[in-house]
Amino acid sequence: MREMIIGELSTAFHEMVRGFAHFLPSLIVMLIIALIGWLIAMVVKVILRSILRLIKFDKLSQNAGTSQLLAKAALPPATEVLSRFVFWVTWLGFFLLGVYLLGIFGLQNQIARFFVFLPRMFVAMFIMFFGLLAASFFARAALLAAVNANVPSPGLLSTAVRVVIIVFTTSMVFEELGLAEQTMVLAFGIAFGALMFGLAIAFGIGGRDLARHFLEKRFVHGKREDNNDELSPL
Amino acid sequence: MPEESFLTDDFLRQLMNVGEVDIVVGLPTHNNAKTVGPIIQTIQSGILRGFPRERAVIINADGGSRDGTTDLVRGGSIGDVGAKSNLNALRTLHSISTDYSDSSDDSNGAAFRTILAAADLLRAKACVVMSPESANIEPEWLSKLLRPILNDGYDLVTPTYRRHKFEGLLVTNLLYPMTRALYGVKIREVFSSEFGFSCGLGSKFLEQNVWDDGAYSAGAEVRFTLAAITGKYRMYQTFLGDKMHVERRGAELVPALRQTVGALFSSLGPDYPVWSAVSDSTSAPTNGADHQVLLDPLRVNRKRLREMFSTGIMELESVFQAILSPETIVELRQIAGMSEDKFRLPAELWVKTVYEFAASYQRSAINRDHIIQALAPIFRGRVYTFLMENLHASAEEVENNIEALCLEFERMRPYLLQLWKSI
Repeated sequence: MREMIIGELSTAFHEMVRGFAHFLPSLIVMLIIALIGWLIAMVVKVILRSILRLIKFDKLSQNAGTSQLLAKAALPPATEVLSRFVFWVTWLGFFLLGVYLLGIFGLQNQIARFFVFLPRMFVAMFIMFFGLLAASFFARAALLAAVNANVPSPGLLSTAVRVVIIVFTTSMVFEELGLAEQTMVLAFGIAFGALMFGLAIAFGIGGRDLARHFLEKRFVHGKREDNNDELSPL
Repeated sequence: MPEESFLTDDFLRQLMNVGEVDIVVGLPTHNNAKTVGPIIQTIQSGILRGFPRERAVIINADGGSRDGTTDLVRGGSIGDVGAKSNLNALRTLHSISTDYSDSSDDSNGAAFRTILAAADLLRAKACVVMSPESANIEPEWLSKLLRPILNDGYDLVTPTYRRHKFEGLLVTNLLYPMTRALYGVKIREVFSSEFGFSCGLGSKFLEQNVWDDGAYSAGAEVRFTLAAITGKYRMYQTFLGDKMHVERRGAELVPALRQTVGALFSSLGPDYPVWSAVSDSTSAPTNGADHQVLLDPLRVNRKRLREMFSTGIMELESVFQAILSPETIVELRQIAGMSEDKFRLPAELWVKTVYEFAASYQRSAINRDHIIQALAPIFRGRVYTFLMENLHASAEEVENNIEALCLEFERMRPYLLQLWKSI
């Protein structure tokens, strides 16, 4: 009996040692991949940072309004944030590749899904950044046009333009990420429809007199007034 | 010649039929049927009276008019003019028209480019551009704009006008003083709708291969004048008389800013080696008065100007933060909050603001067109101040005030240089 127990323990120990000896090279390979990945991620980070500085990405980001958001969150400039993000994503990618090679059942599926998700995440980030850039550009364009045309509440108009573009961008981002697609499309449709409906009611019923006055001033009396009262700049 | 490529085959055929000429009269049009007939007759009369022995052609560059403008140009017979004025043409006077609206660049610059290319191909000795929007063109204007080129070898002849003291305020409060301060030449009308030039200057300007840039060609007239200054071409001013537009274009401030100030600001970058070395300003030779001021009463909505300035300052603060220094923003905000009787945008602050705009334009602080648009409300504040300062002023006092502003632009030039170096 005693010999049997010792024999079983000995077999289990040998199995464990053999298993570990079998696992050790994979672990070493994983660590090497992680180390190489870290080095590559560092190089990518340095190169990306240089390129972003060269193309004045911080200025672009400032125009998009993301710099202001980052500053409010006490984060570094956009160039630094993006290069750090790419570093961590690259390194994590290599690390997960190493883990994948360990052959741990269950993890492999999750890792494969992560790699499938990665390009979509980058596309979503791209959409978000350029969406913010477009929102900032068109909001400013609307503000300037409204101020120079002497339209009432130019700030409100500009904010409305910004909000609509950001909402639209956000819904695109969620759709790209595949998160709550149905909900987002529905929410966007409801929000956009409500906004337009609200504006129609506000302008058509609530502000009927204001609307009439504005339109008359703009298209009937306004033209005459402009012609009579303004000076030729040239 | 590369310029030929953007001219239509039909237009090239017309040019070949004309052959070599001495004078080209360029007439850019776009839906000007109301005025183009009399203007063509005036031009023909001007040629008959002033240049009966010269070979001349009228070239109409049209932007796709739908009101029959081009038919009126082609149908304008010199026989009628000759009979009326009892003058006879010794040469055939051609009048040809082309549509530039099919080209990629559908702007005023495209019309000017067409006229330049035609003058170049026809080997004209002198060229004059006339505006279809000037209500009072006289036949003598052609002689005044062309004679200095043909007889005295000048390269660019710009006009001076008799204006109301409150007309052309963008010219008197920004374009003239700033050009004078930076480029060192006292040219009253940097942006002129009528001007004459030599073939040499025209060809040189045409060679500049930047016409495909729509933003560039939008202010071609201003750039042309600046190119003449920086190229050290011989310049001359001639007094034409009253400046009257067919329509008062008060509401078109932003397009006017784009066409003039935008062109001036964008020229400052490439012209930096020239203007950074300028230390003084000199007068260009002038035939007649270099300015004349009318003092008739004029109805102006001053309240609207002040309100639009104040609204602009308050609403555009986020835009100004990207363009102006914090001190300038604070000063402008203080002025925006002032009551009507105390409201005044002083010359120093105006010049400082304009220079900061120019520097921001150079470093593209935000979209360049947005920078130009953002200047409009501040300009309205300056216009209001100018109106109040000169409400009861005599012609001499108005001119003294403009001269003082010019000197302020010159005095503050180091500030612009300092801003430029920090870009």
